[in-house]
Amino acid sequence: MNAISVRGLRKAYGPLEAVRGVDFDIEEGEVFGLLGPNGAGKTTTVEILEGYRRRDAGEVSVLGHDPERPGRDFRERIGVVLQQAQLWPTLTVRETHAVFAGYYAKPRDVDEVIELVGLADKRDARVKTLSGGQKRRLDLGVALVGDPDLVFLDEPTTGFDPAARRAAWEMIRSLRALGKTVLLTTHYLDEAEQLADRVAVLREGQIVRIGTPRELTTGDNEVEIRYRRNGEEAVVRTAEPTRVLHELTSAALARGEELERLEVRRPTLEDVYLALVDEADE
Amino acid sequence: MKLYLHQVKTEQLVYWRSREAAVFTFIFPLLLFVLLGSVYSGHIYGVPASQALLAALLGYGCAMVAFAGLAITLVLRREQAILKRLRATPLPPVTYVAALLSSTLVVFALETVALFLLGRAVFGTPFPARVGSVALLVVLGSLCFAAMGVGLSGLIRSGEGSSAVVNLIVLPMAFLTGAFGPTHHYPRFLRAVGDVLPLKYLVDLSNAVYLHKHSFWSQGTAIGVLLAWGAAGVVVAFFKFRWEPREA
Repeated sequence: MNAISVRGLRKAYGPLEAVRGVDFDIEEGEVFGLLGPNGAGKTTTVEILEGYRRRDAGEVSVLGHDPERPGRDFRERIGVVLQQAQLWPTLTVRETHAVFAGYYAKPRDVDEVIELVGLADKRDARVKTLSGGQKRRLDLGVALVGDPDLVFLDEPTTGFDPAARRAAWEMIRSLRALGKTVLLTTHYLDEAEQLADRVAVLREGQIVRIGTPRELTTGDNEVEIRYRRNGEEAVVRTAEPTRVLHELTSAALARGEELERLEVRRPTLEDVYLALVDEADE
Repeated sequence: MKLYLHQVKTEQLVYWRSREAAVFTFIFPLLLFVLLGSVYSGHIYGVPASQALLAALLGYGCAMVAFAGLAITLVLRREQAILKRLRATPLPPVTYVAALLSSTLVVFALETVALFLLGRAVFGTPFPARVGSVALLVVLGSLCFAAMGVGLSGLIRSGEGSSAVVNLIVLPMAFLTGAFGPTHHYPRFLRAVGDVLPLKYLVDLSNAVYLHKHSFWSQGTAIGVLLAWGAAGVVVAFFKFRWEPREA
């Protein structure tokens, strides 16, 4: 069963085509990463799915609803963490959660949610006294308090220090453990690699690659062999590393040379991603 | 209905918790009443000055609570994406707006009670003879000015500029329409400007109901002009109100 299904999605702002024919499906319980540089169309795509924007063309189904006509039932089942949204600075963490819990027919227990997002010791602190990382946890708590089936996270760790990012990752993993479907946008590759079951790379409003992080990195089975020769860096990319490596090392042995700094590695998601994104500039 | 009450409670909590807003819109008219009441003496419109000032500042209080306060609050909530976030919840927009207007009405009703209590305690002004008419005035005033406040919020672009813009409107309006005291000694053209502003008609209504003990319903002109301004606010709100921050 698909939580989200998107076919031929298009959206333009005046002459700017932000999304140019996007297709993907997200299964229930899946953590799906939408990856791409700024301006690739990630936020536009997500905001159409959240029901904030109308699409120009295409078919979209989110939890069986058309988000262009977002009824109460749809709102009951989604949780949204926006990129930059504030909350009332003078309310406490607990009051803020209770306000949002009141909007839903079957909310989760407020204290349980506060515990889940790690704000238990800040329960009675005013929102304005929280650190940046704590505020983002509050954002997540407020998005979870309605016990949604589907959670949208738009760049949830932008601007975090490494420790806060790791803590946020733990929380997002706990969403998977709760059986939630998660749509995550990010421009951090390691984040997508760490969290997402599947990743779609967006570039200029189109999906240029989609699959598990592993499929993306090993998709064409290419391996990179690097070494130095006469002080020059040599890079060989090959789908037949055994044969190529054998030839290289045999030749070197025959010449009585050492292949300095010999290295065989599979491309990381980052290599794949940068290669995909760089094509845009050509 | 449950959602509506929940949201009215939320609005009340947020209003009274944010001290700056509450002081600015709620306490300021009370403070002005005490200050001006201590300065003016004798009679205005044939009644003790303190009574005339109470009636005038009732209008000013409405402009502050329902118009200025609401417009600034809405601009800030829009720019901070609080409205955008609320839109993603099951809270229907209509319920949200209804709760916001009701909460504004509650605050202005409390402001009215506070003005009468304060007047009685400090200057010995009487309580209104026509309580029902004053109550109707409170409802009409807060609804019309709140509608204008929502409309104005749609015209203000930035959160930082909102209180400057709002004050630039409210303070001269209060000065020109008699909300700070009588205007009959003003130059004719200043009075002419005041005559088209909605606050003039709320102050007139307040004078008629409180000072002259007329019935609310006998004041057709004032009611009509206020409703027209309120309707204008609704029209502007319909076209200009935004739930989402203006993209930079």
